[in-house]
Amino acid sequence: MDFRYTEEQEALRDTLQRFIARDYGFERRRELARSPLGFSEHAWQTYAELGLLALPFPKDLGGLEGDGVDVMLVMEQVGRGLLLEPYWSTVVLCGGLIRDGAPAAMRAAILPEIAAGRLKLALGAYEPQGRYDLHRISSIAARAGSGFRISGRKSVALDAPSADHFVVSARTQPDTGEPLRDLALFLVPRGTLGVSLLAYPTQSGGRAADIALADVYVEESALIAPAGIALSILERAVDRAAAALCAEAVGIAGMLNQATLQYLKTRRQFGTPIGAFQALQHRMAEMYIAEEQMRSMAIAAAVQSGSDDAVERRRTVAGAKAYIGEAARFVGQQAIQMHGAMGMVEDSIVSHYFKRLTMIDMTLGDADFQLGRFSRSMAIA
Amino acid sequence: MDLRYNPEEEAFRAEVRAFMQAELPPEIRDKMRLGRRLRKDDMVRWQRILYRHGWGAGMWPKKFGGAEWTVVQQHIFEEEGAAAGAPAQIPFSLRMVAPVLMEFGNAAQQHYFLPRIISGEHWWCQGYSEPGSGSDLASLRTAAERRGDHYVVNGAKTWNTLGQYADWIFVLARTRNDARQQQGISFLLVDMRTPGIELRPIITLDGEHEINHIAFDNVEVPAENLVGEENKGWTYAKFLLGHERTNNAGIGLCKRGLQSLKAIAAAEAANGKPLIEDPRFRDRLARIELELTALEITHLRMLSAVAHESRAPGPEASILKIKGSEIIQQLAELKMHALGPDALPYLREALDLDWEAEPLLGSHYAPYAPPLTGQYFNQRKTSIYAGSNEIQKNIISKTILDL
Repeated sequence: MDFRYTEEQEALRDTLQRFIARDYGFERRRELARSPLGFSEHAWQTYAELGLLALPFPKDLGGLEGDGVDVMLVMEQVGRGLLLEPYWSTVVLCGGLIRDGAPAAMRAAILPEIAAGRLKLALGAYEPQGRYDLHRISSIAARAGSGFRISGRKSVALDAPSADHFVVSARTQPDTGEPLRDLALFLVPRGTLGVSLLAYPTQSGGRAADIALADVYVEESALIAPAGIALSILERAVDRAAAALCAEAVGIAGMLNQATLQYLKTRRQFGTPIGAFQALQHRMAEMYIAEEQMRSMAIAAAVQSGSDDAVERRRTVAGAKAYIGEAARFVGQQAIQMHGAMGMVEDSIVSHYFKRLTMIDMTLGDADFQLGRFSRSMAIA
Repeated sequence: MDLRYNPEEEAFRAEVRAFMQAELPPEIRDKMRLGRRLRKDDMVRWQRILYRHGWGAGMWPKKFGGAEWTVVQQHIFEEEGAAAGAPAQIPFSLRMVAPVLMEFGNAAQQHYFLPRIISGEHWWCQGYSEPGSGSDLASLRTAAERRGDHYVVNGAKTWNTLGQYADWIFVLARTRNDARQQQGISFLLVDMRTPGIELRPIITLDGEHEINHIAFDNVEVPAENLVGEENKGWTYAKFLLGHERTNNAGIGLCKRGLQSLKAIAAAEAANGKPLIEDPRFRDRLARIELELTALEITHLRMLSAVAHESRAPGPEASILKIKGSEIIQQLAELKMHALGPDALPYLREALDLDWEAEPLLGSHYAPYAPPLTGQYFNQRKTSIYAGSNEIQKNIISKTILDL
């Protein structure tokens, strides 16, 4: 048992911190969030140069063989810097899915391109009325010649507007009531005939889109995973990505606590810094405790997210996402409260941290959803 | 970063488990599992068994008879012990006064007391709180006046835990009045048989005798029983409290409590189904499990940080105390709630191991039921003792957050 980072990991963290301090200030981030693309293509190329885009991929495909802890470390910095680039969608979520679930030829074609900064991916897995269920899918992929014709709608596909390919789930036969038997995964290039996007910004400065698939023809080679194994591959990728969101949330909670503590020490009312008031001191202490507990859960999720034991992985990640969702809500709401009206304005960075933290809970299953998942898989004996 | 236990740690776990299975007396185990009254003999007997095995004080340095366990080994030992139904070791002796003696005591004190603590010969209790000094401990008024080769102690200590079993008591007493409150306090070791000590039981809301009021009336204490320097006692007292708080996370105990809560919830019925299938109850239980998972990792993270930097536990121990006490209380609360109407009967005699329910009562009254409501009442103490949770938040805010 060892809770320390390696020297390489610490060096990576320091590099990212320097990058954020130098190139990703609050004003710069606001400009990027308002720009048509919504992030910095230049930053993306910097990530490629730093090796971040190759981090979790295998060595033989130019990757760095990073594990869940490496991803955690990067995602914590993504949170601290409120980075807008689609790192999580491309590298962690879809890249991870391709790495673990795609045929060798597809892995070899896609992963080095991601690593080089030439390819971005987005996941289209959720559908209207499906909420957070990966199996509640109506999109159909019908056999057509040597390929498939896919029709359906995907909702709130994060980072889809800038993606070159979409990872899409669809049924290869009408709903049998057994998603495990029906569901398959495809890699659909964005320019394919019949693909259309309704793009919009997200509440936390990112980009997303609803994707309409109208009789979209793809070759057999676009099949990432056939029915029978696709759902478990998808679930695994989503769990890993949820673990990464946990780390991002920890990074944000740390920044919110730092900012709030600073505010308590400098804001004066009744002739004294407001941090002299015990009501606020105790709240701050509770926020500090929440951050430490969140960090512990993020570590558990990062370590278990790579586990081959599906039950253990689901239980740990769902538990961590549920716990962090609730703790983050507390930290976020109290950070705004303790900043008073200053926390309410668009000009203050805490409001941006709060919004991102809140949207993390709403992504891949909120605290209630994940608590249910944890509760159902909890060991009883 | 690696949360797995290494092969040596796994081997140690197997060794502890086998030891518990072979050496833990069944009567003690059953008392623990069913929440029955534990007597002094039980606890001393267990300490002696551990001592004979070389595990009387695993964390202590070897030169004092310990096994120099790592923090992870200690964690494994506590976890396995709790799972097997072993009682906690006497904390006032092993975890509180002993570290103070090792750090600040003189050679004679170390040579005399430490072997008797580890063997179970001496039971120690704590003389900290006073009728007028609770959270504001430094305001204590018990006085020790130096007269020749001894001190004369006058005053009163209260909320003293299990002093009725104790051979020795460590006492914080005022040796100087003119200075800042904290600067006039000394740390004394007092033989409980000294004339002038009078112990009066305090019965707690669960009807049990766990704590006492102790009066000191011209109690003569040899000067050689002063620890460290006169008037420096507050430093030693704070050092001790750091150890006490770390201990108060009680991860092993919480895990055992969670497991027994699940077993109870599986045995109790609600709506014609096991209570544990009731979504409202199950979600409450799930939340406690998550808190405990987080606390276990936080606990290990902090202990390993302390170990790597080889220092005494600092203010971060306050997190462990707050969270650990909250979890213990939530577990106790949920266990009581699991009983439904069976939470109401108050059967004092049912807390003895040989008690058997009358046939009519026994038809619905489970063997685990009798102590649960009393335990709920009793565990309200955990957020009050060892520095109330509000005091812990003061500590965090002052020493960690610098507010």
